[in-house]
Amino acid sequence: MAEVMRKAGAMLTAPFAWAAAAIDRPLRALQNAAGTNGMAAFFLAPNMLIFGLFVLLPLVINIAYSTTAGTALFLPDRTFVGAEQYQRLLTCTDYTDPKSCLEDQFWIALRNTALFVVLQVSLMTVVAMVTALILNREIMGRSFWRAVFFFPVLLSPVVVGLIWRWILQRDGLLNAALLQVGLEPHVWLTDRFWAFAAAVGVSVWAHVGFYALILLAGLQAIPKDLYEAAEMDGTRPGRVFWRITLPLLMPNLLVVIVLALIRAVQIFDEVFVLTGGGPGTSTLFLTQYIYEIGFASLLKNPGLASAASILMGSVLVVLTLIQLAVARRNEAKGRRE
Amino acid sequence: MKRVNSILAAVAFGLAATTAASAGDVRIMWYSDGVEGAVVKDLLARFSKDNPDVNVILDEVAYKVVQEQLPIQLEAGQGPDIARVTNLKTIAQHWLDLTPHIKDPAYWQANYGNEFDWMRPDGSKAITGFMTQITLTGGFANKTLFEQAGVPLPGPKATWDEWVEAAAKVQKSQKLPAAFAIDRSGHRISGPAVSYGANYIAADGKPAPVDAGLKAFAERLVKWTAEGKHMKEVWVSAAGSTYRAAAEDFINAQIAYYYSGSWQIANLQTKIGNNFDWVATGSPCGTAGCSGLAGGAALVGIKYTKNPKDVGRVMDYLAREDVYKEFIERTLFLPAHRGLIAKGNLDFKTDSAAVKAALQKYVQASQDILPAAGALPAWKWATPYYGALVNRISQVMAGEMKLDEAWARIDKDIADQVAQAK
Repeated sequence: MAEVMRKAGAMLTAPFAWAAAAIDRPLRALQNAAGTNGMAAFFLAPNMLIFGLFVLLPLVINIAYSTTAGTALFLPDRTFVGAEQYQRLLTCTDYTDPKSCLEDQFWIALRNTALFVVLQVSLMTVVAMVTALILNREIMGRSFWRAVFFFPVLLSPVVVGLIWRWILQRDGLLNAALLQVGLEPHVWLTDRFWAFAAAVGVSVWAHVGFYALILLAGLQAIPKDLYEAAEMDGTRPGRVFWRITLPLLMPNLLVVIVLALIRAVQIFDEVFVLTGGGPGTSTLFLTQYIYEIGFASLLKNPGLASAASILMGSVLVVLTLIQLAVARRNEAKGRRE
Repeated sequence: MKRVNSILAAVAFGLAATTAASAGDVRIMWYSDGVEGAVVKDLLARFSKDNPDVNVILDEVAYKVVQEQLPIQLEAGQGPDIARVTNLKTIAQHWLDLTPHIKDPAYWQANYGNEFDWMRPDGSKAITGFMTQITLTGGFANKTLFEQAGVPLPGPKATWDEWVEAAAKVQKSQKLPAAFAIDRSGHRISGPAVSYGANYIAADGKPAPVDAGLKAFAERLVKWTAEGKHMKEVWVSAAGSTYRAAAEDFINAQIAYYYSGSWQIANLQTKIGNNFDWVATGSPCGTAGCSGLAGGAALVGIKYTKNPKDVGRVMDYLAREDVYKEFIERTLFLPAHRGLIAKGNLDFKTDSAAVKAALQKYVQASQDILPAAGALPAWKWATPYYGALVNRISQVMAGEMKLDEAWARIDKDIADQVAQAK
């Protein structure tokens, strides 16, 4: 029987072995000819080609656009104006007052985005942490609750925006519920404070499952014996969290913060569907500003939109560099300890 | 090697066949406000039966696609062969001159010539398309709500103030969330602004600074919004120049008065049905007149078509008097065809007295268009003007800036856009 199984296995794997040999031979020949460095370039080439074509080239084109003016779409038809678009975006008489800026709505969008990032990322991190800590405990129906928290992540942002608009609009579910309990309804989405709060809250609701999952994975990787030892020593739960859980969860937490930061800076879809950027410009964020002037306005301004997107991209690069620096410092600290 | 070349050629041919339009294909990008998509589909089916060599493909899309995506396709030298558009002048450089491709340019000139300037670049003599309908901005009142509130409908020469006050009484009596609404659109508030004496066009043809007439109406609109008479959501729940209609609020009887335009008639009739009685009111009056603003959607040929002759055949068919008459009668639109207007034998396909009365009202209201409003559809800078108005007035309504600041910003925004468009 064992012999039959061995033969069957050999027959099944034979084509793969032949294929491997067929690939192996020319690769070895190539390695002999090109050397180890040459082989690295050979394997990197397809990726670099795709990266270059779909990431690097559009980036270069975008930079080129940001130095031009006019309504024409194609670069050769556009007028070169140097840094004029950047100047227009960055000129203010008083940088604390967007109204004093030449391109006031860019500064309003920038201020809104900064506030959104601070509030949303802080809230997201806390809620994700609490969710992960609860889901890590031996609670009843743990798998069910894990799925429940993750479900919103699977929804399209447009669906998320629509669902919450149906809840929050004047004749929406929330006001119907308030009326049922004898309270006055409120027009949430035309109130500047509540519209902004809704943008933050909905965004946290939609994405918290993903970040909680990352933290949950980190929590489960913490050795149980550390907690057992702490319990035997009679350590208080708060101290256990600060001294064991948080330090060991730090790499996951850092990933969560950085991913949430990048996502928050790019916020657009669900908020655009939910509030349209209103009331007024209360929830107008940078990405929507770029979309409005580059695509939605009847007289489009691709040069200004490109310049704004380059500035936004620069902010993201800075954030990523900070994250890398912090990660390296943590890693070095970990090695020293 | 020969074999490899053959394979490559076959692949290239296959790819070309799946992406490029074949000779005889005419692709139409079409959006609908009401039932016109279904009507044009019927009409085109008949064309296809009589012209089997032309393959007409009707792409029905959302209005937003025509507004946002078509201009980008056109800038790339791509797009459909024919499109139904409302942004007629700003991107007119992309329209095809149909003159050599249509059978009888004199027929087109005689019947559709009044609006040719709306859809061609300044100074051009091209025939680029025809208006599928003429529209006129105007109001609709929920007659049932007025009656239930015991408030009489204001008379034919009633002012905006009178209409809003009457609607506010209905709002109070019927516990409505707002008295009235105007679509979030610069076009929509421009007729009323002209009624208060506004003139957007300076002596040199460039945009004039915001004047007393425009300020008079905009100040009222802001005040009415702050007082809860004008439905706040429509203008405030969006940023930039995003278009937002209030038709659903009127259809759901959430407002007593709705200012939009004649193109809503079929939509209101279909969706309101027998739920309540409604009437078209024309445009309320200001200090200078009772003007609405004309406009409409045109069917235009696209310059980048590979089949201009077939485009000409399709356009000739749809512009034909009998075909156009059927389109107008079934869609309940106001016609642009002068011969048809002169004959006056339109038999709108509806049993609804409300629709017939509404159409009649709009025909009457077209006599009240003031010269400053009449000039706007063919004016190159109307679009930037409308965009700036919506953007800044919404900010004032949301409490982000004062009216005085808004006037300065509107002037600057328009000046920027004019400079940018050079």
